[in-house]
Amino acid sequence: MKILVTCKRVPNPEHKLKLAGGQIDLSTASWQLNPFDEYAVETALRLTEKGKGGERSGEVVAVAIGPKEVAQQLRGVLAMGADRAILIGGDDAALDATAVARVLAALVAREKPDLVVLGKQTVDGDSNQVGQILAGLLGWPQATFLASIHLAADGKSATVTREVDAGVEEKRVRLPAVVTVDLRIIGKKAVRNEALASAEAEWEETQRYASLKGIMAAKKKEIKDVALAELGVDATASMKVKSYEAPPVRKAGARVASVDELVAKLHDEAKVI
Amino acid sequence: MADVVVFCESDDKGIRSASLPALTGGAALAKQLGGGVCAVVIGSGTGAAAADAARYAARVLAYDDARLAAPLAETWAPQLADAVKRAGAGALLGTATSTGKDILPRAAALLGAGMASDITAVVAANRFRRPAYAGNAIEEVEISGPVLVASVRQTAFPPATPGAAGAIEAVAVAAVDALGAELVGLHETKSTRPDLGEAKVVVSGGRGMRAGENFKILEELTDLLGGALGASRAACDAGMVPNDLQVGQTGKVVAPQLYIAVAISGAIQHLAGMKGSKVIVAINKDPEAPIFQVADYGLVDTWEKAVPALIAGIKKLKASG
Repeated sequence: MKILVTCKRVPNPEHKLKLAGGQIDLSTASWQLNPFDEYAVETALRLTEKGKGGERSGEVVAVAIGPKEVAQQLRGVLAMGADRAILIGGDDAALDATAVARVLAALVAREKPDLVVLGKQTVDGDSNQVGQILAGLLGWPQATFLASIHLAADGKSATVTREVDAGVEEKRVRLPAVVTVDLRIIGKKAVRNEALASAEAEWEETQRYASLKGIMAAKKKEIKDVALAELGVDATASMKVKSYEAPPVRKAGARVASVDELVAKLHDEAKVI
Repeated sequence: MADVVVFCESDDKGIRSASLPALTGGAALAKQLGGGVCAVVIGSGTGAAAADAARYAARVLAYDDARLAAPLAETWAPQLADAVKRAGAGALLGTATSTGKDILPRAAALLGAGMASDITAVVAANRFRRPAYAGNAIEEVEISGPVLVASVRQTAFPPATPGAAGAIEAVAVAAVDALGAELVGLHETKSTRPDLGEAKVVVSGGRGMRAGENFKILEELTDLLGGALGASRAACDAGMVPNDLQVGQTGKVVAPQLYIAVAISGAIQHLAGMKGSKVIVAINKDPEAPIFQVADYGLVDTWEKAVPALIAGIKKLKASG
């Protein structure tokens, strides 16, 4: 089982955005791996783990697109346990989801993975598109917003649950396929490769942090640099951001001293009850 | 001059109310493009849905086929792409529901089109506004190319009003290939409450509720106000309530008349999902909680004391008429 997992860097979502002159200033941003991509890495690793004798089987390849500094985030993913990484050089801020998906499709043609795992969205662009576009370009089945994934024992399909507006949907896809993961995927038994792990296998209910051993091992692992031009794809963005502005500021209202005052205000002033 | 194709989700009774804002957005974009709105319904047995859609659009394309019974991106996205080509349309729109988010980008891939997610305004024929960075920045984006795709944020456009008498065309569906994907089943969340996206009142609980059973009192308040129940990501992550109640950047976006946040601290990602509400009430025992910065009415108190008193107060108000 060969799994390709996508890793995008994002500015720390807890930090205040610097907005000026219609642009976002990221020059002093503190970068980190997109949280949903961290879950995607965790998912990919679990699909190769807990063989009946405790063994690992399969390969997890992490891919990022961006400037050379992104090697830092990839090194972190290798420390979590990914086997190798590919860094496609490019200006990540200038690419839209369509361009990213075209680049990934070209890489998939080279690497020929059985499964591509992505986070359901990045927390900067918030677009939630890349996995679906990639699947469309490849003509592969897709399973988005996963709460769980079980790979069949014959390695030919995956059965997943997806959180949808109406509840939980169960879907089966033939491999190779593209999947995107949501928050529930890190549940104890949410991920399992039935060819490898027994029904009793379970993981900690969190994404893993790199151990010292993992960090040391990561130093010896490969991060292969690939030039965008080498992939021979048109990475021109179809959607361009022309300007940014701050959202309207909501003014803090009044404190009320008691529930009685709250009820009176909601009735007489706001007229919502 | 080009039309706008609007993907209308439907059930056996008609089109879903979640699709009505997409029809409004579609009409606004069609005006910019100098064309009209062409609604698309997909499924098996779409008669009622097509008739309903014809009340909102001049033209309706119905892809009614037993092989399209399950809402699979693999089989539905090609129908949307076909509709765009058939109508010679310049744009494809839908609502950013879980179905729209799943299918529209795949349709964009098939069309070779760029896509804007979650648009909140149509600025020009190829320009839109949309939130990014958990709603901390509003982007103005431009899409190039002969066709564009966009999903509209449900709460940002009013529902379309009926009035059209559209012509319905049944499309002969070409080969359907699910690419080895199949729908195994849907475990529906049964609720008598309105949908979070459409409710006039939303009551949400946070980590401070401490346990799932404590949400019972919030349910009582919710039902008293005829609203929908929501929760913060922290409460969902802690397993107190199902994740489909999550309000926030990675959950649902709501904009009710009244939003009551109980024991929610107000993380950025939660605020992204509710700060469009008309009136926000925050109840939290921590006077420093960030939620108070966006609340119109803030009450510093524990939920144990405040919520039962609020229920009693509202009951008294209702009794006095």
